[in-house]
Amino acid sequence: MFPWLTTLILIPALGSSAIALLPKGRDLLAKQVALGSSLLTLIVSLLMLLDFQKNSPDLQLAESHDWIATFGIKYALGVDGIALMLVLLATILAPIVILASWNEAENGRFSVKTFFALLLILETFMVGVFAATDVFLFYVFFEAMLIPVYFLIGSFGGAQRSYAAVKFLLYSLFGGLLMLASVIALYVISKDQLGAPTFDITALTHLQIDAHLQRWLFLGFFIAFAIKAPLWPFHTWLPDAASAATPGTAVLLVGVLDKVGTFGMLHYCLPLFPEAAKFFTPVIIVLSVISVIYGALLAIGQTDIKRLIAFTSISHFGFITLGIFAMTSQGQSGATLYMVNHGFSTAALFLIAGWMISRRKSSLISDFGGLQRVTPVMAWTFFIAGMSALALPGLSSFVSEFLVLVGTYTRYPWAAIVATVGIILAALYVLLLVQRSLHGPVAPGNENLPDLNRREMIAIAPVLAIIIILGFFPKPILDVVNPTVAHTMQVVGVTDPAPTGGK
Amino acid sequence: MNFHAPAIEYREVLPILIVLGGALLAVLVEAFLPRARRYGFQVPISLVSIVAAFVAVLRLHGTSHIAAEGSVIVDGPTLFLQGTLLLLAFCGVLLIAERNLDSSGSAFAAQASAAPGSDAERTALAAGVIQTEVFPLTLFALSGALLFPAAGDLLTMFVALEVLSLPLYLMSGLARRRRLLSQEAALKYFLLGAFSSAFFLYGAALIYGYAGTVSLGGIREAVSSNAGNDIIILLGVALISVGLLFKVSAVPFHAWTPDVYQGAPTPVTAFMAACTKVAAFGAILRLFYVGLAGLRWDWRPMLTGIAIVTMILGALLALTQTDMKRMLAYSSIAHAGFILTGVIASNKAGLEGSLFYLVAYGFTTIGAFAIITLVRDSGGEATHLSKWSGLARRSPIVATTYGFFLLALAGIPLTSGFVGKFAVFSAAYSSGSAALVVVGVLSSAVAAFFYIRVIVLMFFSEPKEDGPTVVVPPLMTATAITISAAVTLVLGVWPSLVLDLAKSAALFTF
Repeated sequence: MFPWLTTLILIPALGSSAIALLPKGRDLLAKQVALGSSLLTLIVSLLMLLDFQKNSPDLQLAESHDWIATFGIKYALGVDGIALMLVLLATILAPIVILASWNEAENGRFSVKTFFALLLILETFMVGVFAATDVFLFYVFFEAMLIPVYFLIGSFGGAQRSYAAVKFLLYSLFGGLLMLASVIALYVISKDQLGAPTFDITALTHLQIDAHLQRWLFLGFFIAFAIKAPLWPFHTWLPDAASAATPGTAVLLVGVLDKVGTFGMLHYCLPLFPEAAKFFTPVIIVLSVISVIYGALLAIGQTDIKRLIAFTSISHFGFITLGIFAMTSQGQSGATLYMVNHGFSTAALFLIAGWMISRRKSSLISDFGGLQRVTPVMAWTFFIAGMSALALPGLSSFVSEFLVLVGTYTRYPWAAIVATVGIILAALYVLLLVQRSLHGPVAPGNENLPDLNRREMIAIAPVLAIIIILGFFPKPILDVVNPTVAHTMQVVGVTDPAPTGGK
Repeated sequence: MNFHAPAIEYREVLPILIVLGGALLAVLVEAFLPRARRYGFQVPISLVSIVAAFVAVLRLHGTSHIAAEGSVIVDGPTLFLQGTLLLLAFCGVLLIAERNLDSSGSAFAAQASAAPGSDAERTALAAGVIQTEVFPLTLFALSGALLFPAAGDLLTMFVALEVLSLPLYLMSGLARRRRLLSQEAALKYFLLGAFSSAFFLYGAALIYGYAGTVSLGGIREAVSSNAGNDIIILLGVALISVGLLFKVSAVPFHAWTPDVYQGAPTPVTAFMAACTKVAAFGAILRLFYVGLAGLRWDWRPMLTGIAIVTMILGALLALTQTDMKRMLAYSSIAHAGFILTGVIASNKAGLEGSLFYLVAYGFTTIGAFAIITLVRDSGGEATHLSKWSGLARRSPIVATTYGFFLLALAGIPLTSGFVGKFAVFSAAYSSGSAALVVVGVLSSAVAAFFYIRVIVLMFFSEPKEDGPTVVVPPLMTATAITISAAVTLVLGVWPSLVLDLAKSAALFTF
């Protein structure tokens, strides 16, 4: 069979090398190569769907080659419904971000071509991390991903870029090293129980791990993922990183990379350590609910647009982990759908906010006002993105938030009820932002802001289209995700609670 | 009483003999050739004898034999480590031979015997004298290093230790610039080294008292048959460990490391940091895996404690450093702790992992020190951290390569350092030392911080007005850096090459 996933990994990597080899000063060519290779990746990823059986929970499009035979490590790729959706999220957002970031790299410490080469290599790692089915390979992508992001933030970001980049890297490395300890333990256990070491995710789910040890190993993985996601109280790097990064980097960081955290919980923590997952569920549910409320409350208090968006993300990641650990099929399907939707709605928010900020040369909400009159297109697109963030019915986030809450309520009613407060708070932070920046009289300094140009409109149009389409018609995604969720639940050994009707 | 001549298997000790022969030849060159012509002979002699010895090692592939009346053991680990040492020494000699970096010609003192600041020194400098005695010294040290992991009894091990150490003491004092610092380092190294050698000897004597033999195989048998007084052997083990742990700079025997690494001429530091660690760990592995295997449950707790404080203290103290060479010195202490986790595993995976780690660490370290020789200002090498600020602007390639070496030292995936860490930690875990793995992982996190701090400095800080210049690496240095970087990358992406070799080599003969 055609190695779809390897192709997806290779195209951006080759594009990145090509850009690196370009002579100095050929910035336009570098941008064109970047856009070209990311579009090619997108096309290949869409063609790949033809070979995907949507009704099967198996890992499909699988490839496997020996890599480090001594340790039983394989270069093994494959996707189930959840991984497929996240790979697509990455391949769709990459060209959009490249197009939207066309002129963002001019003020960096390093050349423009470095920026685009880093973006493409990041795309390679993003596809790899979702597609890996060998735990070691996953870990390699998980850690390798940090390097391009680190340089993207630290070299091309705003005022606090060095600080934010280092904070991001150290948090992530710390989590990654904890995970490494668990990976090592899995390796040894697999060697003892199966005779030969393996990192194959399916084989590892069959290990019999003592319940006590399982809890420690679970924590190694979970803390790494909770830092990445980020879940309260591991979140403090995110607002700094997201507000210091360029909008394009922030989209990939919050929209795609952070999904590795929630994806990892669903894809690794639950199947590998089912007993430990059940043991820790109450704690994680509490942390998720705290994230929902805390993120939303802090978002209300922000004066900086990008930090505000970062805090809304913390709130939304709270919903996603809530859905995952509610251990119901609606909850997990909703959480997966939420990962995709959140990717697009955050992308829209960050990109448009980025354009507003670069025009106004300020990221303070108080410096904006009345954009609706000056720049109607930009204001309307920002409005739609904001409505998506507050999960307005008819836009994509609503479906996923609803599923998560329904899924949670059947098992943890109190958690669902408290999390619902998050929705009300979401309305507050979005509407306040929209009201202050878009409506009212034109604030001083806003009079002559130019509206979106054609490149920007082309970049944002597909995102808004997806938000609206998925809002009315989420079925294609749910159809692909549901079998995988059912399978995960079966591996973990949980079933949906029986509906309790009227007595 | 009749004596018989000892049977020496010349073919099997050939690698050591070739290097020793090269060293003697180099001494003759020093003695009989005019000063100006020596360099032209010394460099080829060193390189050719290293390459010839490497070929001899390759030809011995698969040998497993006790040679020279039991004093030299030629087996998998010996050959693996000797090959590694020769490759590392090749890079080291390239750095030592470099004459196109320093404006005054060389990194080494014009006349080592002239007191710093004296008339004799001024005369020698004015005459443009460049000494070449470092080459025979290097070869002597290398021959000791080759013998160290092959030693089949404690006396040979001691001789190897001294042959390795004595030239290094001298070489540390040869710096052309900052000579007082260099001489201080040499003196410190010598005094503490002599002290630790005494510990080694005392330990060897006690073990002899227990086992009635100095051969490792004999000690092994004596231990398994529980021949004598337990107190004596345990004391012996403790004392001999001091001597060996000193060489690998494990805490609390590490105090010399930062001063010597900083004071010694950087090419010597590179050679020493890589080769001493490889050779000394080779000896440690043989001693503990062969001679003292039966005492595993006694020495494991001791080494576990040492590994834990070594990892933690090395990483923490590295955080506080402001000099690049001192920082790498503390990082080498932390790495000694990481390799010790592999030793403690005391199983085949531990041996394989340690062997792999030594290759990975050796090349990365030589490469990192080689880069330090390139960053210079009017006073020679600019090793203060603040001077490296914004280096990526001046020389992106050098900064990127250095960054790559640092990431390898930090153990980021796709570098050799990561595979090495995985190998030793997994071996330690499978032997039941989960605590060691947790400490290792946490100190890796601390260590990552100071490596990344340097990367931040190079890439994200503004260059200073009076900052150092980055010299374009001349041929020999460039070759050494390229080899190191290539090995670091290849072993990160395709580690099976060396892992399989280590796997087939990881069997001691006794």
